[in-house]
Amino acid sequence: MKHDLIPRVVSKLLIPFILLFGLYVQFHGDYGPGGGFQAGVIFAAAFILYALVFGLESARRMLPPSFVSVLIAVGLMIFSGVGFLSLAVDANYLDYNVLGHDPVHGQHRGIFWVELGVGITVSAVMVTIFYMFAGRGRN
Amino acid sequence: MVTALAIVRLRNLFAVVMLSGIYSLLMAVIFTILDAVDVAFTEAAVGAGISTVLMLGTLALTTEKETTPAHTPLLPLVVVVVTGAILVYATFEMPLFGDPSAPIHHHVAPRYITQSGQEIGVPNIVTSVLASYRGYDTLGEVAVIFTAGIGVLLVLSGRTLSKKGAASAVAETEAASDEGHHET
Amino acid sequence: MELLGHYNYWVVIVLMMTGFYVVIARGNLVKKIVGLNIFQTSVFLFYISMGKIIGGTPPILIEGAPETVYSNPLPHVLILTAIVVGVATTALGLSFVVRIREAYGTIEDDEIQAAEEEQ
Repeated sequence: MKHDLIPRVVSKLLIPFILLFGLYVQFHGDYGPGGGFQAGVIFAAAFILYALVFGLESARRMLPPSFVSVLIAVGLMIFSGVGFLSLAVDANYLDYNVLGHDPVHGQHRGIFWVELGVGITVSAVMVTIFYMFAGRGRN
Repeated sequence: MVTALAIVRLRNLFAVVMLSGIYSLLMAVIFTILDAVDVAFTEAAVGAGISTVLMLGTLALTTEKETTPAHTPLLPLVVVVVTGAILVYATFEMPLFGDPSAPIHHHVAPRYITQSGQEIGVPNIVTSVLASYRGYDTLGEVAVIFTAGIGVLLVLSGRTLSKKGAASAVAETEAASDEGHHET
Repeated sequence: MELLGHYNYWVVIVLMMTGFYVVIARGNLVKKIVGLNIFQTSVFLFYISMGKIIGGTPPILIEGAPETVYSNPLPHVLILTAIVVGVATTALGLSFVVRIREAYGTIEDDEIQAAEEEQ
């Protein structure tokens, strides 16, 4: 078990930073490269790293597969929900100009929520696929 | 290119997967040189991260070596060379690399570049096009990822079958469908 | 000089043909999926290299410099979508490979075809 020590220690240091970096990429997608997809993949990579180093069981306890499956749908619903919000104010579907007090603010809000929905769905799908692949053949 | 050729020749699948990870990283570097920073970010994260992990998972559940083909693949080689030659002939009409007067830069792109600052106020033009000007496409894309996740859930959610288990399961379904045929 | 201006397309074609060859000439299913990935990334390279302007910068607006030449952002958007769709396809394809392996015991398509004909 001795040679497990270095991955464990390094991962314990790195995983919070990876998650923080994922959050940064998600919300600063407006000002630099990034956005929903990249952030979702980085989140999923952090969880996969945790599962690889600390075992699939503890990762499953931390993030149960049923919860992640629900998250897949939640992200997509946030995205389409923003569009319906525009419909409710009598504008076109996914028209962000009406979401704020002036068009630029509306665009900012719309892009924020849309990217959030994208990030949630992408990370949930990647983690789900990893659970499916890694959990096979052990029952 | 060298990594791609090495992927073709190698038999050990584990090495092939590692090389494909390196190939994705090299592609990400090339994308950065070509000014496509968002794309490079995504390609590095996705290709060198997720794809490699999934392929390694598949290898852990299947074999690790590729068996030698019984016959030399001459016909595919001929097909590939002929298609390549036709494509090379077609590229002589294409615009030169990096030419600012190429047709691609004239129709919609100047509007996005000049108007995106005032209409949306977001510095990253790629994000503004992706999330606002072409928001429908992004909706479809999220739907595609959603479907892929659901598909993997459906395909891989049964309990593990061994070979004998698979054979007996196939025999069971055949017997059930036979009975169904007899009844109707 | 015309020939040298087109070399990016030739690199793309070589990569595309390599991926194509792997897909049709190798029997192992996992290698076919890897070949498909090579094919996909060569197409991405094609689009991105068409969008590049020599002397341009990445398409992120710089404050206070309205005359900079930006590389075309439109291919970037299309390729971003394509990359993610590609990974979704790869994941689904790999899950099918796992199921095929469990059903037939092999992932070489010659052996799978022989097993199918026996049944």
